Amino acid sequence: METRLFALQRLSAMLLAPLVLVHLALILYAVRGGLTAEEILGRTQGSVGWALFYGLFVLAAAVHAPIGVRNVLREWSAWRGTSLDGAMLLLAALLMATGLRAVWAVVT
Amino acid sequence: MIAGATRSVRPDRRHWGFAAFVVHRVSGIVLALFLPAHFLTLGLVLEGAGSLDGFLAFAELPLVKASEWALVSLLTIHLVFGLRVLTLEFLPWRGARKHWIGWGAGLALAAGAVFLFGVA
Repeated sequence: METRLFALQRLSAMLLAPLVLVHLALILYAVRGGLTAEEILGRTQGSVGWALFYGLFVLAAAVHAPIGVRNVLREWSAWRGTSLDGAMLLLAALLMATGLRAVWAVVT
Repeated sequence: MIAGATRSVRPDRRHWGFAAFVVHRVSGIVLALFLPAHFLTLGLVLEGAGSLDGFLAFAELPLVKASEWALVSLLTIHLVFGLRVLTLEFLPWRGARKHWIGWGAGLALAAGAVFLFGVA
């Protein structure tokens, strides 16, 4: 399982890198002069491109983050075993559910 | 001899690479904790755009802006240090690429500065 998690962590990182770069650029562009819901939704509503971009972003982050948190907890705390794995699966599910809901909220 | 060999595999905590390792991990944990809150905030739109605008007004508070600045900086440094890890692991070995650590810190400072100028 550890080999698979390592591969998933690195593959999701490779996918996330360009997505984070675009997201960062968008943040730095969009915050100028303040943010409004109208401005955010004007960019995202009805956009298949942003829906795919952020949908992929959420899925990759939901894979990447729990594996990373699991690695840190296993090495920096005494927590390990099935309870930790179960908690990380829950974290992945939470990120996926809240993330996809957020994408749905801003593109529809 | 054995003592020397043991010493050689201990992590060198004075090495810049160790600092990058710790910053990469801590920034990852902070970002992972932030993500659900970020997603739930965006989900406020489902209750109407006014709900999100209400939060965005709250986000104008200096303390919230400072937190956003920190998150932008942490995301940038996590990206660059993560790219360094991928480079070290998957590309032909050309040393520890320690200069990436300085570049990562510099880019994080730059992204944070651009963010602050944008919201000022």
